Order: sequence, then C-alpha cells, then structure tokens
Amino acid sequence: MAVVDARNLRKTYRKTVALDGIDLSIGEGRIVGLLGPNGAGKSTALQAILGLVSHEGELRVLGLDPWRQRGALMQEVCFIADVAVLPRWMRVGQTLDYMAGVHPRFARARAEDFLARTTIRKDSKVRELSKGMVTQLHLALVMAVDARLLVLDEPTLGLDLLYRKSFFDALLSDYADHQRTILLSTHDVHEIQHVLTDVIFLDRGRIALGATMEEVEARFVEVVVADDRLAAARALKPVSERRMFGRTSLLFDGVERERLAPLGELRTPGLADLFVALLGDSVPREAAA
Amino acid sequence: MSGERREWRRLARTFYWQIRRELWEHRALWVAPLAVAAFAVIVHLGTSLTASDAGRAAALADPARAGEFMTHYSAMTGVTVVTGLVVGVLYSLGALQGERRDRSILFWKSLPVSDRMTVLSKAAVPLVVIPLIVFPIVVVASGLMLGLQSLVWSLDGFDPRPLWARVDLPFLWLALLYGLPFMALWNAPFYAWMLLVSAWSRRVAFLWAAAPFAAILMVEHLALHHTPAHWLLERRIGGGVLQPYSANGEGVVWIERLSDLDPARIYTLPGLWIGVLIAAGLLYAAIRIRRSRTPN
Repeated sequence: MAVVDARNLRKTYRKTVALDGIDLSIGEGRIVGLLGPNGAGKSTALQAILGLVSHEGELRVLGLDPWRQRGALMQEVCFIADVAVLPRWMRVGQTLDYMAGVHPRFARARAEDFLARTTIRKDSKVRELSKGMVTQLHLALVMAVDARLLVLDEPTLGLDLLYRKSFFDALLSDYADHQRTILLSTHDVHEIQHVLTDVIFLDRGRIALGATMEEVEARFVEVVVADDRLAAARALKPVSERRMFGRTSLLFDGVERERLAPLGELRTPGLADLFVALLGDSVPREAAA
Repeated sequence: MSGERREWRRLARTFYWQIRRELWEHRALWVAPLAVAAFAVIVHLGTSLTASDAGRAAALADPARAGEFMTHYSAMTGVTVVTGLVVGVLYSLGALQGERRDRSILFWKSLPVSDRMTVLSKAAVPLVVIPLIVFPIVVVASGLMLGLQSLVWSLDGFDPRPLWARVDLPFLWLALLYGLPFMALWNAPFYAWMLLVSAWSRRVAFLWAAAPFAAILMVEHLALHHTPAHWLLERRIGGGVLQPYSANGEGVVWIERLSDLDPARIYTLPGLWIGVLIAAGLLYAAIRIRRSRTPN
C-alpha cells in the first residue's frame, strides 16, 4: 500500500486554483522532495495530505481520509509545518509531558536524549528560546514519535546555515535507524539534494516533474556548447538553454549521452539547475498575472 | 472489545491532558477565583478584628439579626462564583482564537487529538473545570473565615459557639453544590456561542459575540412594540442565580435553609434542557469550523 495515494487532487480557493488535479503515489520508505516556486501549491498539497484543508478528488494517507480522520491519522503521521509554531507560553518540560500524555507513540526518553545534546533547558519557556532552538525542540518532539510518515513544510525557513545543516543531519541519521517515509518541501534545494530518493516539481498546481533521483540522473543531461555547435545542439530539442560566459548551457531530457557527447562537455545537472530550467519561465508569467 | 476499551482509555487520557494543558496556559482559571476568595477572607478578618464587643453582643441578642452573620460568607461565595463566570467568559472568547493568532494550531493539529476532542475539552473548562475549582475554594475560604472569626472572638473573651449556630457552613456548601451544576448547564449556550465565535472570528471575538444580541435588541426596541428577545435574554442571564437561589426562580424571596432547595424543580426546567440542546448544536458547529481552521 502506498503511504500517500492521490488521484486528481484539486483545491481551489475562491477563484484561485491551488492544486489543479495532481496524481501522487508515494511508497513506503521514500524521501520525497516537493519543490516549486512560491504559489505553486506545495503547501496546499501538504496541508491536504495532513487533513488541514479540504480537497476535491481522491486522497488516502496510510489508508485514511485525512480530512475526516485527522485525529486517527496523526497517530502515525508527524509534521512540522512552518517554523516556530510551538506554543510560546509552554515550558519545554510541559511539551514533553503533554506529548507523552496524548501521543501513544511518543518515546519520551528519545526526546530527552535529543534535547540533552542541545543547550535547551527544560524549565525554559518556548518564548525564551531562539528560533533555531525552537526548531531543535520541535524536531526532538517529532523524532521521538514512532511515525510512519513525516511531513516537513519548509522546516528550516529562517534558520541560519549551521542550524539548517544540523537539522538535515539529524533527520538523516534518524532516517537511517527507522526507515520512515519523509515528504518535505523546501527552498533550500542544494541542501536536500543528496537526501532525497524522489523529487516532485510542482508548477502552478500541476506536477511538472515526478521522478526518482535515479531517473532524474538518467534522463537529464546538461551540455555546455560552444557557439559553432549550437545549431546542431538545438536540433536535438533541449528543454532549456541559458547563456553564460560566451557559451551556452543546454538541458536535455531523455536524449542519449552518445549523441550529446560530441557537442561539448556533459554534466549531470543539480536539482537547482533543473528547477531553474524547468520552472524558471513560470515566475515572470506569474508575476504578470 | 478490548480494543474498544483501550480506545476509550486513550480518549480519557487525552482529555485529561487537554484539560491540564488549558490550566497551564490559562492560569487565571484558578488564580483569579483563588485571589478573590483570599481577598474576601482578609476583608472578613479585618472587620472581625475591628468589630466592637458591644456591636457583637447586640447582634447576638437580636434574633431578627441572626442572618447578618452569614452576610460575609454569602458575599465571599458570590464574588468567587462571579469571578469564575467572568474568567469562563474571557476564556471561552479566546480559547479557539489564540491558537490561530500564535500559529500554534499547526502544532496542536499535528497531534492525534481530534477537533471534537479539542473543542469539547475547551467547552469542559467553563462547564466543569471552573465549578470544580470554585467549589473547593469556597469551602476552604469559608472554613478559614469561620476559624479566624472564632479565634478573634476567643481572644476577645467572647464565646464563639453562638457564632457557629448562626453561620451554617454545611448549608452554604450544599447550596453551592446544588447551584453550581445548574449555573453551568443554564449558561452552557452562552459559553458554546462564545467558543463558536472564537473559532470563527479573526479578532475582536467579544464584539462578534455581542453583535447579534445588540442588533436584535435594537430592532426590537426601535421598530417593534414587543421585546420578547429582551425578556428572554434577561431571564436567561438572571436565571443562573435566580432559579436555584430564589423561591420559584422569581427573584423575590431568597432561599435561607436546606428545605428551600428544590433540585426537582430547577433540574427539570424545560428552559434548562432546551439551552443544553442549543449548546450542543453550537459546539457541533464550532467543531466543524475548527476543522477547517489554519493560522490567521
């Protein structure tokens, strides 16, 4: 059974179409990155999966309807939506007590171990912690839950480089132990690239690309071409091209490497390059709309 | 079968932690009634200390003035109960709005606590928790008042036993035990309405909660010859105290002794249970609204 299964998932806010009928199937144990420009529908998709917003179309998460069965679903799903949503009046110790009280799968000792490695004191109030510390605390709470699906919506927004790095390190080392499914959206494409098993690019409510990282590496090739070979390269129908330092970098989708090799230097594009190449043109249009 | 029982136990446990969490966040729920009762005890001690021997003797000698000795005790009970009501109103108006304002709703919703559990546990605060806080506070404060007063009398060389005959604490406690659940149920539609508004409104929940009533009253008084809503509202607001504590709920003769308590009458008032049904409907609506709520 897929952890997340969506068929023709749609969501409209009055006249704005946030999700325009997407199909998703996320298998057990995958680490899926949901990427897209602002307003592409990432948050809406994650909110629908978490039962925070209603939706049209079919959607099952761990076999449950998230909108109608959020309470039951949250026994097996954890999420960090946005940063710094922990109640500011709460004490760190109270968050542990409360989680242990209401969550049947919360292992308090694990959260305490995690916190022991930080400078967070248990008698501090959340309002007294820095943004990075609040995120660490939230991560400690979430990691201590034996959940099958972890959803992270911009979990590191507003954090400095060191906190971001330690966040993803903690996430990965935990993943290595537990093999849970992770679905995350972020703008920090560089930092998560090596973490992901799958990637989904969303653009204006639709899936622009949904593939495993192996598929991405097999399908996409970037070629830096000198001007004299540009016409030959363009004949092979690149999906995008950009000029830099007097040469042109072209991105090809599904063209054999043997045919491209004579044109210039081949590179495997990073996710950030793909992101710009595939979705870069959607931004000005959106701004114009 | 055992799975079902385990689920009920989990729900009971969740409910317990929801209530604890409300008491952590809203310390005024117990601090305010406690502070008011403590203040009343201090005032009572002050007047006991400053009362003249002659005044005491005169009051004791006149059978018609027997009721006077009870005044401070009733007043302390009254202000503590009213503080509980005020705290309950303020709490209800903010209970489902604050979590959206500080975005913590995203944390609460990430836990296996349903919207129904959340709303019902918040409704239980004014309906169950505050009465459970007020009652022991009144019991302890009134006991303390009588103890201190007796001590002052003894130190002044007065025999405190005639005082005990006139200050009937068991009656006070029983009368409170009899009236508190009634008040909670009688006022339930107000609390439920305020919770609904706090789930729905982005800000100034108080104004939104009061606006429909103000509008109806205005139309009634300016455009109509009858004022049925005004009459109904007045009866509802006053009824919480008048029904249990005055003869036939008329507000003319106040109850004075155990035999005046009439639970069979007040707990079978159709108005009480119609109100409870309305409250249930409003809470159901609040649960539905809370489900679709994300941060402001």
